[in-house]
Amino acid sequence: MRYSGLKVITEGLFGNKGWTPAWRDPAPKAEYDVVIIGGGGHGLSTAYYLAKNHGITNVAVLEKGYLGGGNVGRNTTIVRANYFLPGNSEFYSHSLKLWEGLEADLNYNVMHSQRGLINLFHSDGQRDAFARRGNAMINQGDDAILLDREGVREHLPYLDFEQTRFPIYGGLLHPRGGSARHDAVAWGYARGADKRGVDLIQNCEVTGIDIENGVVRGVQTTRGAIRAKKVGIVVAGRSSQVAAMAGMRLPIESHVLQAFVTEGLKPVINHVVSFGMGHFYISQSDKGGLVFGGDLDFYASYAARGNLPMVEHVMEAGMTLMPMIGRAKVLRSWGGIMDMSPDGSPVIDKTHVDGLFLDCGWNYGGFKAVPASGWCMAHLMATGEPHEVARKFRLDRFATGHLLDEEGTGSQHNLH
Amino acid sequence: MRLTCPLCGERDRREFYYYGAEDFLHRPGEGAPLSDWDNYLHLRDNPAGVTKDLWYHEAGCAQWLLVTRNTVTHEITGVELVAERAK
Repeated sequence: MRYSGLKVITEGLFGNKGWTPAWRDPAPKAEYDVVIIGGGGHGLSTAYYLAKNHGITNVAVLEKGYLGGGNVGRNTTIVRANYFLPGNSEFYSHSLKLWEGLEADLNYNVMHSQRGLINLFHSDGQRDAFARRGNAMINQGDDAILLDREGVREHLPYLDFEQTRFPIYGGLLHPRGGSARHDAVAWGYARGADKRGVDLIQNCEVTGIDIENGVVRGVQTTRGAIRAKKVGIVVAGRSSQVAAMAGMRLPIESHVLQAFVTEGLKPVINHVVSFGMGHFYISQSDKGGLVFGGDLDFYASYAARGNLPMVEHVMEAGMTLMPMIGRAKVLRSWGGIMDMSPDGSPVIDKTHVDGLFLDCGWNYGGFKAVPASGWCMAHLMATGEPHEVARKFRLDRFATGHLLDEEGTGSQHNLH
Repeated sequence: MRLTCPLCGERDRREFYYYGAEDFLHRPGEGAPLSDWDNYLHLRDNPAGVTKDLWYHEAGCAQWLLVTRNTVTHEITGVELVAERAK
């Protein structure tokens, strides 16, 4: 069924009786050409692009819970292409271009809103760094505008410009940055993949990966064995556990990242804003809630909830930057489990097992990467060659010293 | 979350700096192959369950601690001094 404004009106006139489920609920077949482990944003987009770009439709996505129940539903929905390093820059640029055509491509409203992203800076040194980053973004073909203090005031008059502790020197505006509706991204890709013949199999946990003589043969699941010619592990949040089934030890430590949302308010924050002196970023959802977050809790964790010290820290940073939000009531908070890699960049690569591929290590930047990650993972699985914009996301780059350390903080998993 | 430092007693999590997994205690020797360094710096077991990791009592006795805890429940079952352990 194709969605359209006309369809909404005609269904409204006839009692909304004509809507059909957005995807099927098939039982797993005994064999597929490709099995994708993980029904989150990246897994679903991988399946979608396998079908759409490469004509590979005999595909199953295996999800242990429900579609989109992991990190794609547990983030702060920021979409941007403001990376600096070659390797990251072209990848996120490609992803943003895919975002810009996503709704038409999927025939699904993912509520992608390019409202502009402003990264604030608070010292001369930070200004220099952001000017350099902005130039890198422009060189990549994306957009960046360096704002001085008065330029920021025009966009964000509600910031505390009078404070002396963290004076606002200016900001880097990325006009094409913004946000999207997180669940809708998963649902849109799920619907698009299903329509092209992909089986989306929920409540199906992978318990083992079958390997014979160095070649993958399929997977064992809670719903029986499934044979497959190729298997993709796309399970950020549980990558170490699933990769261990294939005898791999990954360069990943899992950390919890908290996020928060307030009660719904009238429109007050029109951009995505990040504070440069305390890790804090905020936007307002279309429903009105202020969605914001900060840094990791800093210790390895698989609990989808954090501790109070980081809650306090995030609230303090928010209050320092924009005291007006102190009147809003926090409605709920949650934690997502981040695959933290030692350089802060992801992995899209083959493994030591023939036919077994790995997409992981998204740190806390996975949401905006959903389209390009699926695009590049599908390309890798279909052709056996890395896509040109993801060619530096190699699994062995840590051993060979070709790190993509965007923040320059060194080989400590929680510092990125 | 609270950790019980062997020297200072039970203290708030904010007094401690988290460094990483126990692997950081096993620094490769001189002339070790590169794969040993990869293991030491980058690769992790990363269990969802009981793990051992290194914490520094930054706002207390300035001792390095080896903490045994559960990454799913945040339960802490053991804290020992790295300095004592090396003896």
